[in-house]
Amino acid sequence: MSFPWAEHYTPKHPFMRYMDEKLPLPRLVYNAVGAGYPVPRNLNYFWNFGVLAGAALAIQILTGIILAMHYAANGLVAFDSVEHIMRDVNQGWLLRYAHANGASMFFIVVYLHIFRGLYYGSYKAPREMVWLLGLVIFLLMMATAFMGYVLPWGQMSFWGAKVITGLFSAIPLVGTTIQEWLLGGFAPDNAALNRFFSLHYLLPFVIAAVIILHIWALHIPGSNNPTGVDVKGPQDTVPFHPYYTAKDGFGLGVFLLIFAILLFFAPNYLGHADNYIPANPLSTPAHIVPEWYFWPFYAILRAFTVDFILPAKLWGVLAMFAAILLLFFLPWLDRSPVRSGNYRPLFKKSFVVLVVDVLVLGYCGGAPAEEPYVMISQLAAAYYFAHFLIVLPIISKIEKPLPLPNSITEAVLKGKDGATLSTNAVAQPAE
Amino acid sequence: MATLDTTEPETGENGGEGIRRRDFINIAAVSFAGVGAVSLLYPIVNQMNPSADVLALASIEVDVSAIQPGQAIKTIFRKQPLFVRHLTPAEIAAADGVDAASLRDPQTLEERTKTGKKQWLITMGVCTHLGCVPLGAGEGEAKGEFGGYFCPCHGSHYDTAARIRKGPAPKNLEVPEYAFTSDTVVQVG
Repeated sequence: MSFPWAEHYTPKHPFMRYMDEKLPLPRLVYNAVGAGYPVPRNLNYFWNFGVLAGAALAIQILTGIILAMHYAANGLVAFDSVEHIMRDVNQGWLLRYAHANGASMFFIVVYLHIFRGLYYGSYKAPREMVWLLGLVIFLLMMATAFMGYVLPWGQMSFWGAKVITGLFSAIPLVGTTIQEWLLGGFAPDNAALNRFFSLHYLLPFVIAAVIILHIWALHIPGSNNPTGVDVKGPQDTVPFHPYYTAKDGFGLGVFLLIFAILLFFAPNYLGHADNYIPANPLSTPAHIVPEWYFWPFYAILRAFTVDFILPAKLWGVLAMFAAILLLFFLPWLDRSPVRSGNYRPLFKKSFVVLVVDVLVLGYCGGAPAEEPYVMISQLAAAYYFAHFLIVLPIISKIEKPLPLPNSITEAVLKGKDGATLSTNAVAQPAE
Repeated sequence: MATLDTTEPETGENGGEGIRRRDFINIAAVSFAGVGAVSLLYPIVNQMNPSADVLALASIEVDVSAIQPGQAIKTIFRKQPLFVRHLTPAEIAAADGVDAASLRDPQTLEERTKTGKKQWLITMGVCTHLGCVPLGAGEGEAKGEFGGYFCPCHGSHYDTAARIRKGPAPKNLEVPEYAFTSDTVVQVG
């Protein structure tokens, strides 16, 4: 679907007309990302990150398929085969670092993408399905990244595999059975490494499939925009191509520049030195921490240190999963009819607190499990849940939003956030 | 091609609104398809369970004669680390000095060792939280706040009887099945 004023696909070349009658694939592309898809004219640079996430996935799939041509999923040789890639395979070092740092870049852009949605209310009606599918992608990404990190079979790989599958052992009654099923044994070994390789190959294609649904669901209502005001007419939109293909292209250039700096000058900055030590089932590294993109959730996991009705271990696991599952309910927890945080003074403050809170959680997750980090992560974890379950619902009840611009165009013409003095804050229905 | 079943309810054999034989065929066919699907699913799921070679577990023998009081060794039992620790009298006294009933997982040192062999603490080296190897068995490793083991992953502290005292782990370090076959040899498993 698109707005009624979307340009129509009219193939001029006879071959394209022939093609359009048999398999209208060019028409589909034209209507999805071409001139046939009108997009709000006021999108800022926070709207670049969807495309960047897509680019990051493409980089991961491409480099991943190449690495799998040289990697051997066997505990005896896995570590050596990665060193073989680094030393012997032509430009193997480049491809390996690109894949490893590509995962970090993927999570950076996805976190920015998520917080963009949180601030501008992109999860609210009519875009709930876009949000839910996005969270599914996020869960799949985390599973994929986890299994990929196991493959080099270094110390962090091995102990990460042990701890993450150990999460499932906290489930009462069936927990240990599930863990043994996941590992194919009683501790990580060949069986685990071999299946993680298979699934690490599979999941990116599942992600790609869900991304298609994500984009499909987005294209039904069309993109949200910084004002959160609905598109009302042709003056509010520009065609996706060439306006946003160009802007996204520029964003992609910046993304690749940062990626290149990381890749060529600090390829190990975001990694862990301990993963250059081959897996040793008899010794856990003294400062085992997951990859940075798991730190906030890791901090929540270990914030639970005392038994309270349920064992502390189960609480930690429940809380960690709940921290993400909670987001699935966000569209129904935040009842404010105003989408954009720009017009919500209380929400804006709470949003800043949430961002700081998540950063604090991330910092604590990377720190050793000692005081004061345990106490700080307990407080920060408590606030994280309070934000979504208490603060947001209350704010959406008591908050008095600022007047909204009458339209996207008005916001654009009056200034960057459309701080209008209009008395008519009620959104007009789309024509 | 699918066709809509527009025939009138049969009035013959079953009479009007009752269950027709065709309804039974429908339910039976779908049920059998369901049984078939589940029986296909079973091997797809079950192939990931531990395979025969992994399940072919063996027991091990450990010679403890060289372990001095205060020392511990790490060895492998069923692909997981096993700690064999020779407790000093001070460590035994520290473990006995605790009221077992006040612990998260109440057990006395007596219950965790063999009769007359109270100085030999043999446990799995697997933290009961998420499975890391606690520190404390190796030379110079941190033993935690209670002089036993300290798990670096999430900060669980175990005492000199390897009982959980602090942190997220729910249980004491597991004591595997073992027996002394002589004064210096332990058979585990």
